[in-house]
Order: sequence, then C-alpha cells, then structure tokens
Amino acid sequence: MHGSGVSIWFFIGVILLTYGLMITGYGVYEWQTASYPPLVQLTQLHTPVWWGSVLGLLGLFYVVKFRPGRAVS
Amino acid sequence: MFGFVPASHAADSLGTLPALLAFSTEPLAHLRLLDLFIIGIYFAMVIWIGFYLKGRSNTGEEFFMAGREMTAWIAGLSFVSANLGSLELMGWAGSAYQYGILATHWYWIGAIPAMIFLGLVMMPFYYVCKTHSVPGYLDLRYGGGARTVAAISFATEMILMSGVNMFAMAVVMKVVLGWDITFSIFVSSIAVAVYVGLGGLRSAIFNEVLQFVLIWGGALLVPILGMIQAGGIGGLKSKIIANMHSDSYFHMWRDTGHFAANPMGVHWTGIVFGLGFVISFGYWTTDFLVVQRVLAAHNLRAARMAPIIGSFFKMATPFIVILPGLLGLVLLQNPDGSRRQLVGEDVVAACTVSPASGRIENSAACSAEMATTTLPAAYQQKVLSGAPGAELHSYNQALPLMMVRYLGPGLLGLGITALIAGFMSGMAGNVSAFSTVWTYDIYRPLINKHGSDSHYVLVGRLSILIGVAVSIGAAYLVMHAHGIMDYVQALFSIFVAPLLATILFGMFWKRATTMAGFLGLLLGIVFSASLFMWVKLVPAALADVALSPDAKPMAENVYRALWAFLFASIVIFVVSLLTKAKPVAELDGLVYGATVLPVEAPVPFYKNEYTWAIVVVVIFAALNIIFW
Repeated sequence: MHGSGVSIWFFIGVILLTYGLMITGYGVYEWQTASYPPLVQLTQLHTPVWWGSVLGLLGLFYVVKFRPGRAVS
Repeated sequence: MFGFVPASHAADSLGTLPALLAFSTEPLAHLRLLDLFIIGIYFAMVIWIGFYLKGRSNTGEEFFMAGREMTAWIAGLSFVSANLGSLELMGWAGSAYQYGILATHWYWIGAIPAMIFLGLVMMPFYYVCKTHSVPGYLDLRYGGGARTVAAISFATEMILMSGVNMFAMAVVMKVVLGWDITFSIFVSSIAVAVYVGLGGLRSAIFNEVLQFVLIWGGALLVPILGMIQAGGIGGLKSKIIANMHSDSYFHMWRDTGHFAANPMGVHWTGIVFGLGFVISFGYWTTDFLVVQRVLAAHNLRAARMAPIIGSFFKMATPFIVILPGLLGLVLLQNPDGSRRQLVGEDVVAACTVSPASGRIENSAACSAEMATTTLPAAYQQKVLSGAPGAELHSYNQALPLMMVRYLGPGLLGLGITALIAGFMSGMAGNVSAFSTVWTYDIYRPLINKHGSDSHYVLVGRLSILIGVAVSIGAAYLVMHAHGIMDYVQALFSIFVAPLLATILFGMFWKRATTMAGFLGLLLGIVFSASLFMWVKLVPAALADVALSPDAKPMAENVYRALWAFLFASIVIFVVSLLTKAKPVAELDGLVYGATVLPVEAPVPFYKNEYTWAIVVVVIFAALNIIFW
C-alpha cells in the first residue's frame, strides 16, 4: 500500500508471529508431557510444533520486512 | 454474503441451517483457554487496525474508496476475501461431501473466466470513468433511473444478506461451540461496525487481507492431514470408490450430459451458460461488493492485475473447501469406529432430541426422514433408541467435524478464528459496499445534492452503524421466520442477470439508450422475480424453467438467471432501436469504441497482466481436463 504508514503486511506479521509462538509453545509442551487431546488424530505428527513454527517464521519475515519506518522497495 | 460463489449458490445447502436450532445436542468442539486467547487476539487486532486507520479516512475518497491507493496484491486478495465467507467454506465442503468434485464448478468455471474478463476487458471502463460504484457507472452511462433501480436493489440486498449471514454465523457458532446466538450476533457485528465505521473501505480491505491469511492458515491443515491419513490422492480415490461404489465423485464434466446422470441434477449447458456466464459474470463483474475492492487500486494496471491475482487464489480454494468434503466421505468415523455418514439438515431437525428426556421427540418423523438416507438400518435403530454416541450430523458440518478430528488446542482456536474471520470479511464487505451505494447513489442524488465532502463522510459512517443495526434486525427476523431466508438468499440471483445485461450492453454497444437501460434493468428484475415466485408457488414449474423434468433445485438458479439475462437483453435491444441514442462524444470513458484508453507504461513480461492471464487460462484448462 502506498502512503498509509504501517503496511498491512506488518499487521499480518504481528498476528502470525504471535500465533506461531503460542501454538509452537503449546506443541512443545504437549510433546514433552505426552498430554495429547484424546480424540484428535495424527498427534504423533506433532502438528502444533511444525505448523506453529511455519506461522511464526512467516510472521517474523513480515514483521522484519515491513516494520514501520523501513522503506519497502 | 457467503462469498462466491455467492450466497445464493449455496442457498440450497444452507437454507435449512435454521432448522438446526431445533436440534439439541452437545457442541462439536470445546475450546480451551489457549483457543480463546487466539480468538481474542484476532478481535483485538481487527479493532486496532480500525483505530489505526481512523486518521486516514477523513475525506470521501479516503473513506469510500480507500484513497484509491491499494496495490494489485492487496486489492486482489481483498477481492477474493470479501467473497470467501465461512458459510461458503462450510456449505461447499458439505456439497463436496454430497456431490463430489462437481461442486468445484462454482470455483472454476463459475469464477475464473469472469475474473479474467473483468481484469482485461471491463476494468478499464470502470477505472477510467472514476465512478465510485457500479450504480454510479449506470448513472454516467444511462442516467438516474437505472442508477436508482440498481442502487436501491443492491443496498437492500446487501443489508438483508448481512443479516442472514449474521444469523447463519450465530447458528454455526451455536452448533459447533455452543455459543449463545445473541452473543455471536452482537460481538461480530459490533466489531465489524467499529472497524469499518472508523477506517472505512481502507480498514475493510486491510482486515480482509488479514482475514484471508488467517482463513488459509486455519483451514489448510485439514486437507494436509486428511491427505496424509487417506494415503494421498490414490488412497482417497480408492477409498471413495470402495465406499460409494462410484467414481463419479472425481469427474466434473463426464456425467453432466443429462440431468439425471449426476447427483446435482444439472446439465452442462446450465453450468456453462447459466453458471459460467450469467451468474459468474454477473457476480464478479457487476456486483459492487467485489468490484469496489478493485476500484480502490492505485492505477489502471493494478486494477487490471487485481482480479487476475485473485483468480489464482480462487482456483486454489477447492483445496481447503472441496478436498475436506471429499476426505470427510472416507475419514469421518462414529465413536464405534464405523464410517460416519452425514445427512441433510432436514433429517437432523426431524430427529430433535428432547432436552428433558434425552430421547427423540418425534420418532415417526425421524424414522421417516432417515429412511430417505443411506444410513445403515442398524445405525438408524441406534439413533431412534438414543444409544450413546449415535448422533446425526449434517453435510454442512463436514468441515467443522474434520477440524475437530485433526486440530488440538491452539490449532482449533486458529481454525475457529478462520471461520469467524470468514464471516466478518463477508459482513464487512456488505456494510462497506452498502455505505458507499447509500451515500453516493441514494442519499446524494435523491436526498441532499449539495452536502460537503465531510458531510457525506459523516453520512457514510452513520450508514454503517444504521446498516449494521438493520442487519441485526434482519437476523432476528430470520430467526423467528425461517421462511424469509429463502427469499433473501434469492435476491442476488434475481438482480444479477438483468444488471449484467444492462452493464454489458452499456459498456459494449454505443447504441444502447437511457430508456433502454432503465427498462431493461427494471423489467428484467420483475421477470426474474416472477420466475422465482412461479417455482416457489408451483414447484413443478422447475421442470419448465430448467427445461427438464429431472432438474433439481440447484439447476433453477442457473436457468432462471439465463432466461432473465436473455429477457433483459431483448428489452434493451428493442427499446434502444426505438429510442434516441446519446451522442458518441458523451460516451467517452464509458463505452467500448467511444473511449480512448490511457496507454500504460511498458513493463517486463512477468509484470504484464496479459502474461498472467494466459497462465491462469492454461492452469484453468488443465484442471478441467485433469478432473474431466
């Protein structure tokens, strides 16, 4: 977007990074304590860990690239 | 709206949603604290964006058109997001469960050609004439009569649809999470009113892009994990054939040679001409809800690229909508491990469990309804006897059931956030488009012609609040009179075909006259509404409208739209020949052949809209051949 201060991608980065940290953190706890929700399938894949990491890394990329004050080419 | 595919397309599967209110059962999912935090953060973010953008929405151009400074990517994502509602996600996942991959037509031929046409052919005219809205274009081309008819019909449709969607969302939240209906309606509508009222279209667009990312982030895991468990596409196919004893679930065109040959009861002519042309072009090229997003682009090239960018994501959407429905066919299980079969909402409602006794209220009605399904007799007996775990779930619950199957704490909150985001993006689209049309196409020309720019911005903000309030009223109206839902959902399909004819003739035929535009639109709407009422009052008339005794209700929308388009076209053509056309000089910027389009600066081929349009067309053709 042009001429409107903070980019929408920064907002998206913030929320993805926040979600990523929360979900990954819970996934690690779940893995360590083996306290898997009983009715959920494929828990052996540790989905919260890798999906949370994907969200977090994507969010971090957007936060850094579109942080306020940084000129975006 | 349910997004587009527009709400009306999903009406057949979703029109009976209110019946679920009568069905007393445990919610499908229970959220934990982590999930509630994730949902809470989402609401905080959308409100924050609204407050942040308030200072950049002071002029009419900023408030109603987002300053016309969106990039192609943002306009393109907003363009598809305004349409990617949760009812669409759930409704079409349910349709895929019922009909297989045939449901994908509403994403591919029902969208892609029209999006390309909008970008490459129509956008220059919308953009060059600097109109604020689609009714505004009709005003410039045909005068105030056509504008007023289009504006009033569109504003009415938007506000009622917003109410219906609000109610439908609340029903879904009650069924999935057990949330109170009033709580869901007020929380979501107040949030939308705050962020759109503060930041205008810019805020709506920003949030739609955010919502788009969250919808994908929340919904994408279901098909990924489902495919892993099903053993890939090969495993899915073999399991479906084994369970359903038919491979028609994987064919989009092969069985459309006759109405009776496919479960949807549609014929390829209806799909190509009714859906692929009239309804799809009507929605994607003339519905201001989506066109408004593209008009906010910062230059003509961005405005042309936006629908083309959007078309890539539209083509990919079946991955998070259709595939979960297909996976649900083979993966969903009852507590005893047997395959879970979903049923229609009417069956679920007929088997309402009494909260007091815990037993079916009307066993005879329930038994009769279940007899029309393929549920095993033993399972039907279990349901009737109230055996533990013997529950009935509807087709529309396919996606939430798949979410509950794979998403644990945190991820489930993200999935539910995706559903809420989908609802809110659709609702925000409705109210922002309503606000613009009300202010510029109804209030300014008909009520107060000489207000200042700041006055119109104030009217716009107030109209958002009033619009949301009316929507809430409509939601409660639908709650107490379910039959109204059918009529409201039909509004889109009644208006769209005559509007498409009026705009196409106006944009591509210099001879089309002011009177022809007005009469074509007005009489076309009357004709279309009459066809709708005819079938409503005399259901057997469906065979006449759709030209086959084997046609099913899904075919009615597409054929009604086709006849209404032809009728409006004939009216416009004949009346134009009988009345005096405008001088060509007055059509500059409005009509093909009378407009000198601005020359765009040359760009490398990989930034050219035609290059990407060709890529879209090739992928579109390949997908249709692969899934023939």
